[in-house]
Amino acid sequence: MPLEPVAQLAPALLDSGAGPAASLLGASFREGYVGSIIAVSLYVSLTAVALSTLVSVPAAVAIGLAEFPGKGFVKSVVNTGMGFPSVVVGLVVLFAVSNQGPLGSLELIFTREAMIMSQFVLATPPITAISLAAVSGVDDGVRDAARVLGGTRIDVALVVIKEAKYGIATAVLAGFGRAVSEVGSVLIVGGNITSADGISKTRTLTTAIQLEARQGRYETAMVLGAVLVALVLTVNAIVVRFGDRGVA
Amino acid sequence: MPIQRRKFVAAVGAGAIVGTAGCSSTNDGGSGDGTGGNGTDGGNSAESVGVAGETLTLTTTTSTYDTGLLDAIHPDFEEMYGVTVDAVAQGTGAALETARNGDSDIVMVHARGLEDEFRRNGYGINRRDLMFNDFVIVGPESDPAGIGGTGSATEALTTIAEAEATFVSRGDNSGTHTKELNLWDAAGTDPGGDWYQETGTGMGEALNIANQQGAYTLSDRGTYISQRSEIDLTILVQGPIEGGPEILANPYGVMAVNPGVHENANYDLAMAYIGWITSPGVQEAIAEYQVNGEQLFFPEAVSEDPDFQQYVPEGWSSDDSDA
Repeated sequence: MPLEPVAQLAPALLDSGAGPAASLLGASFREGYVGSIIAVSLYVSLTAVALSTLVSVPAAVAIGLAEFPGKGFVKSVVNTGMGFPSVVVGLVVLFAVSNQGPLGSLELIFTREAMIMSQFVLATPPITAISLAAVSGVDDGVRDAARVLGGTRIDVALVVIKEAKYGIATAVLAGFGRAVSEVGSVLIVGGNITSADGISKTRTLTTAIQLEARQGRYETAMVLGAVLVALVLTVNAIVVRFGDRGVA
Repeated sequence: MPIQRRKFVAAVGAGAIVGTAGCSSTNDGGSGDGTGGNGTDGGNSAESVGVAGETLTLTTTTSTYDTGLLDAIHPDFEEMYGVTVDAVAQGTGAALETARNGDSDIVMVHARGLEDEFRRNGYGINRRDLMFNDFVIVGPESDPAGIGGTGSATEALTTIAEAEATFVSRGDNSGTHTKELNLWDAAGTDPGGDWYQETGTGMGEALNIANQQGAYTLSDRGTYISQRSEIDLTILVQGPIEGGPEILANPYGVMAVNPGVHENANYDLAMAYIGWITSPGVQEAIAEYQVNGEQLFFPEAVSEDPDFQQYVPEGWSSDDSDA
């Protein structure tokens, strides 16, 4: 398999992002195609992870700070969730949003909203589990100090989140990594659709890679794979910077 | 002080994200004048805003989609009606199942038996013959089982089975897979054993797997032609287009989902689509569509002498009490 084109293209892609990528790939892809699948990938995964974080972090703090019977069981349920196969999640969401399913009247099948739903389900367990581990790791002394100083439960929670910020950032990144790199569920509920002029509607980088591989175009599949890796690296870099400086 | 810094970093972060988004949407905007808004308007539900009025969801096979035919002809329909066609490439079995669940408005598939079952169960109506090409049996040039020159598809399969030469089966309930099973049936052979590999993949991927293993496989001519430059497989048994046996014919049909069963099916637009794609102009465009200088599909809808069998399941008569 001739890999030279990939070797030449990949660094250029990593350096210059979406715009030139599209023109570099002009021979293989129509204008705007690569940019639009990157946009759909980012939109779906970032939205899913943002929603998931809003649910997962408070849940992790609540579970972490509370003492109740069955806490160990709850933890193992969350940990099990990290291993949900994405295809199964896709099927469950498909049944839910299908015309015959409970959410059928919303007509969500083959939309980005359905893809966000399935990625939300996929990203929530890792974000909750890793945040929970981080929250549990916070020194009891910090909590007690906050309480002694007259803090309300909210204050205590905020102090704990602040102490566990690196762990929580890692959790969010793990969730994003899981969401943006999965192919099974977005293929089933999204349908891998582009418009006839090559602008993605529900095609993500992963489903585009799958489509290229299906047709034996392994070189272009690998170029798209490099774009996906670059994207994950960029998001990681942004979050790490934010985590280092933002919460001083 | 820390608070200011936090705000600053948040602003930078937000700026970076907006910048990225802006960059890619500029990209998109440049190319799609009319329909671009649909693909790029990430913030809102794309169906409810923008110029495109309605969306027609078409479930179809990998062979119509991967050959690029639909992307080539759909802009004409989208401009004519100001609509969007969402083409989902699934394989015949899955395409019909999606429609059966009411999740698509129209299907374009190639397995008459499955289409007829779909219609007899009430899900599909107004079927039209659309176009055809044919299946070919491809394999490595060395042809270890020696089927080259065999005029009969069933004989070729029997020879492959007897030689236990590696054969790649789609194994995915697609139109091509259905045809392959029918052929084994007609050959009176029950394939099995290490040499018979079900891959559960689309046609392109199955061709790749066969290519890497030096195996035989059954392919529709269109996908084979569009991929021929990437693989070393050669046609060993021709289909009817090149004078091969009629049993390798590969007819495509198009039909609307019955609004009597799924009332939210976009029936009006589905019928507009059927009217459009079976019209003389579009049938001509299908005939003119070429990949690597070869015609992939042969139009079948326009005829002075229509075949009335296309409108009903095969073998149907008005005496059928269950129809």
